[in-house]
Amino acid sequence: MNKIDPSLAVYRGLRRAGIDFAASVPCVNLKELLCLVGSDPGIIHIPVTREEEGVGICAGAWMADRRPALLMQNSGLGNSINALASLDLLYRIPLLMIVSQRGSRGETISGQIPMGRLTEPLLRTMDITVLTPQPAEAEATLSRAWALASGRRTPVAVLLDIDFWRGD
Amino acid sequence: MKRIDAIAIAAEEAEQLEALLVCNIGYPSRELFAVHDRLGNFYMLGSMGMASSIGLGLALARPERRVIVLDGDGSVLMNLGTLATIANYGPENYLLVILDNCSYGSTGCQPTCTAMRTDLASAASGVGVEDVREVSGPQELREALNGHGVVLAKVEPGNADVPIIPLSPDEIIARFMERCAPRGPRS
Repeated sequence: MNKIDPSLAVYRGLRRAGIDFAASVPCVNLKELLCLVGSDPGIIHIPVTREEEGVGICAGAWMADRRPALLMQNSGLGNSINALASLDLLYRIPLLMIVSQRGSRGETISGQIPMGRLTEPLLRTMDITVLTPQPAEAEATLSRAWALASGRRTPVAVLLDIDFWRGD
Repeated sequence: MKRIDAIAIAAEEAEQLEALLVCNIGYPSRELFAVHDRLGNFYMLGSMGMASSIGLGLALARPERRVIVLDGDGSVLMNLGTLATIANYGPENYLLVILDNCSYGSTGCQPTCTAMRTDLASAASGVGVEDVREVSGPQELREALNGHGVVLAKVEPGNADVPIIPLSPDEIIARFMERCAPRGPRS
């Protein structure tokens, strides 16, 4: 069976969801996806210095009728909680969060373990829906994730762990 | 120059320019609501530090609209990376006005680093913002509001005696987004 290219699957999902604006902070697992997004003339892509800044920029873009996604590593969730809560949740602003989940099975860097454990509980505490597709479902899941975010006017997080990026 | 007077000038100019105006959390938003409420004003109620970023997202998404952000020294210091992003991705229709009163005005006027050695105009230039202007009086400010990049306006510390904004977050964003719309009515 042919393996599905996970980065391509996520990129196709973004396109199918109609995402036309993206802010990003890199992760090694987002490397190929960031190249795909960065070279797509249909997506305004702004690399930012910190995840929280990306939440703010995406909020402004949505108010001006764009469909924004934030591409980030889960270690940056802690950097963005106040903006997610007192900007996005307060004003009911949708956001598609594409999160490379580190600190999961196969992690080699000990510093990734604490936020790896905390990411999903933190999101659930904030009532942010968490989706964890396999590569084969990623395209459809991202499309559904934006529909959910937009329909309920809330952030939705798609967590993609180490196994996902290996195409397992 | 009192901050509320600087805010009044910015709102007047924004009205003239049909610009969207994003205003920092706390007393600055309250002062703006008190002196010149308009549908094209976005009043922040939380997320300190995010005013410049919200405005940048608006300006990038809507290049034909002018976007002016009224931010504070404390808030810019909290999101200092925003200056680097503005330097590299800030479009022509975007202007960040830093109303620098050298203090955290909404929490009891504790001094910020700009009360000591830190100069946010140099910081903006240092990270690559090409168009940085410093203004101290009303006329200088008025002229600078036509530009883009970053304006540092020194203002006096202290807050005006103005009430809390009587609008819900839903009301603030709904009326603001109507003014963001591509063919929306004049702001």
